Amino acid sequence: MAARLSLSRRRFLQWMAGTAGALIVGVGEVSAQEADLPLALLGDNVTRLGPFVRIEGDGRVIIGARDPDCGEGTHTSLPRIIADELDADWQHVEVLSLGPEVVREQDTSVWRYGHQRSGNATSIPAAWADLRQAGALTRWLLLQTAARRSGIAVNRLRTANSRVLMPDGRRYTYAELAADAANQAPPQMPPPLKTPDQYHLIGEAAGDVDAKAIVSGNTRYAIDHDYADALAALVLHCPYPGGSLQSIDTHDALKIDGVKKVLQLHPQRGQPLGHTPLSSAVAVLATSTWAALKGRDKLKVTWRPAKTPAQDTRALEKQAHELLTGTGDPDKRVRNDGDFEHAQHQAARRVEATYVQPFVAHATAEPMNALVRIDARKATLVVPSQLPDDALVMVQRLTGLTPAQIEIQVPRVGGGLGRRLDHDWLAEAIMLAKAAGKPVKLMWTRDQDLTQDMYRPLAVHQLSAALDRHGKISGWQQRRASPSALARRGVAAAQLWTSELHPDALPAGLLPNFQSDWFALDTALPRGPMRGGADVTNAFAVQSFIDEVARATRTDPLKVHLQLLGEPQVLPYHGQSAGLDTGRLINVLKLAAARIDWDKPRHNGHGLGIAWHFGYGGYCAHALEVSVMKGKLRIHRAVCAIDVGRVVNPRGLEAQAIGGTVFGISTALGQAITVKNGQIQQHNLKQYPLAHVLQLPPAVEVFSVASTNAPGGASPVAVPSAAPALASAVFAATTVRIRRLPLLPELLRLL
Amino acid sequence: MQPAQPPQTTPQTIVPVAASKGINLTINGESYVHTGDADMPLLWYLRDVLQLTGCKYGCDDAVCGACTVLVDGKRALACRTTMANLADHAVTTVEGLTDARGNLHPLQQAWIAEDAILCGYCQPGWLMAAADLLTRKPSPSNADIDKLPNLCRCGSQPRVRAAIKHAAKLMKGGK
Repeated sequence: MAARLSLSRRRFLQWMAGTAGALIVGVGEVSAQEADLPLALLGDNVTRLGPFVRIEGDGRVIIGARDPDCGEGTHTSLPRIIADELDADWQHVEVLSLGPEVVREQDTSVWRYGHQRSGNATSIPAAWADLRQAGALTRWLLLQTAARRSGIAVNRLRTANSRVLMPDGRRYTYAELAADAANQAPPQMPPPLKTPDQYHLIGEAAGDVDAKAIVSGNTRYAIDHDYADALAALVLHCPYPGGSLQSIDTHDALKIDGVKKVLQLHPQRGQPLGHTPLSSAVAVLATSTWAALKGRDKLKVTWRPAKTPAQDTRALEKQAHELLTGTGDPDKRVRNDGDFEHAQHQAARRVEATYVQPFVAHATAEPMNALVRIDARKATLVVPSQLPDDALVMVQRLTGLTPAQIEIQVPRVGGGLGRRLDHDWLAEAIMLAKAAGKPVKLMWTRDQDLTQDMYRPLAVHQLSAALDRHGKISGWQQRRASPSALARRGVAAAQLWTSELHPDALPAGLLPNFQSDWFALDTALPRGPMRGGADVTNAFAVQSFIDEVARATRTDPLKVHLQLLGEPQVLPYHGQSAGLDTGRLINVLKLAAARIDWDKPRHNGHGLGIAWHFGYGGYCAHALEVSVMKGKLRIHRAVCAIDVGRVVNPRGLEAQAIGGTVFGISTALGQAITVKNGQIQQHNLKQYPLAHVLQLPPAVEVFSVASTNAPGGASPVAVPSAAPALASAVFAATTVRIRRLPLLPELLRLL
Repeated sequence: MQPAQPPQTTPQTIVPVAASKGINLTINGESYVHTGDADMPLLWYLRDVLQLTGCKYGCDDAVCGACTVLVDGKRALACRTTMANLADHAVTTVEGLTDARGNLHPLQQAWIAEDAILCGYCQPGWLMAAADLLTRKPSPSNADIDKLPNLCRCGSQPRVRAAIKHAAKLMKGGK
């Protein structure tokens, strides 16, 4: 018997009794069609619960975490949002990872846990909207039960540490109340949420809930799961993007002890990127990973390049320069305020610069992998996905099974960075399991991971500023040439620009004359989403350029940044209903400057650089102090000032800010994916270097701005401004301007 | 799909202690005898045969450090250590840092205290590299920590540095 309370037309809270005296509360969602029916008429269709709280008779409080945790800390922060409203004792909260599930099996089926997604900084804002309600209702049910049992009015009862406290000092544990609370009649309306002064967990620092298991080696990532009868599968993909298999000799491979099969994989026609294998491939299936590795090394395979091969990166760059300096119209005029040409005509001075940034790969710590068992009426999978809903749809399509027959487990994920929003690797594992008639444990080796990625697009920016006679910026033009990250994904040609430039990204809205153009490049090299997206490359160009304008006018860069930002105002920003508050941006910029002692001159050869960015609803500024001695770049200090609204877990936010900063620096220092003769040149982590400890700042000093704004996400926010702050600091230390990434080889070339 | 003819093979087997043939080694204090392929790297023995999955795969070129273990107390990469080279040697993996009674090693305690986690995948490797470092240098300087070869994609390095220093204090009886 389940009781329900409507939250909105589509969402509701539901509670019921579990086994052994448990109380279960969840957030349910009805489909659009059902939303027209009163909840009472829905009957028992929805018998299973969404994101839930479960209070066991033995005192445990179990809280479900719906979004995969790829290192964003959501398995800590989301349950704490519920636990706070519930006044649960955090020490006795268990967090349970929820896989994707569909509640009904018609065209109107609904996701049991709502939208499940890791990435794009959406977890916390979405949770803020509904998870708190689940906690509040659970607490309300327990309070009502306690009032009935004690005869004391509800308003004289308090809750703390998983207990209801009575004025005379007596107390009930939540466990004691759970069974009766499950039969409590519904409230008239959703119980009120806490006011911020009542929070006891939100805003308090907490370590990662999985920390102990991780440092003990007990956390099982997807790659650590196995079925006793599963075959290890290793794949070799065609090294030419879009190419195909020419010939294969499996004789020697099949002679290896333990090698069972060699199978071919091919992309399915008509499927968008990420929904089918990326390239033609050959898979070795064996009784162990080691046997599969040996078998793979014995394969004799030749590959045929595509009819239209992937362009060499140099040629693509050249094409970009031609487009940017030519007289042709852009593929998209993203924004055009005032009259840039006129401003340029009237200018006392012009500044121009071109920035070149390469393709980069995700290189997540845990390589692509999946464990798949497909039986006649059931599929069981362990999938390291950032988007479990999509994974489930794919399993359904490739197996013909119904959602009820599919069970997907999403354990903690060893890094997502956007790569796991795509499921090409999962399609491979499913196809292999089907063809082999046995469970398959697919693993990509690092060379496959680097050469079979959906890369962050290469970008060439040309920036021009018109300066008036006071050296103030009066006109701004930015032109970006890049292959769209949305290409071959079923997105209309007219919308391909949307992944490349944002019409409201600053300095748009700050200047009377502003023009932003996108020029399309195309290549067979696949592209896709990556932590921070095009904000990262755009911020590098824009922020570096502001520094260049400052240097050209012999003005303190901080002064130019602040002059450009002007008086605090709220600007409209497409996709962010709260808009862009330049006051919050000015705050973080000033804070970063203060903490790095911007005004204190450095006489030791050190240089300072500063940059800022607004993206994903968050405000961030970086200030770095560097030196370059005998060709060696050292980052002595890195300050990151960040404002993402109300902070759920300061410790988690700090981790995301440190991580974003290091990710931004590490990528800018040495990483580039290049194509030559139709093939990707980087096959390993020597050719695609992640920064060593030595190359990174010894600490990232994070300063979070206290805020009462609704909480935003954090994981991409601290990425974009890190690299331009670094490049500007390098200029300050050396007068060498980095206009091409990766930074280290360019610095050595220019020194 | 083109299924190929499967050859007749028997899977590798692991014979429990006290067999006379094979490679004798200890892992986290327990004795094992490996009778399979002597060329197999320790990485796959730990992961596939023993299901000790704390030791991670991360690269093909011995650069990432995710598979770092201790062999006779010294840092080694499990991906480059073959079973043949482990006869009569003692291996410690991250699972073996915790003592028999379940007490966490000071490094593990420090890692939790500093929340040096993020995605966490590479952390077992860092812990083992740090264990080796602290054996050689009980009070490591920043420059000593700078020499650690391990890689992390998420950006945990600043907190890892703090955790190593924290652990050094714990091991000297500090707090």
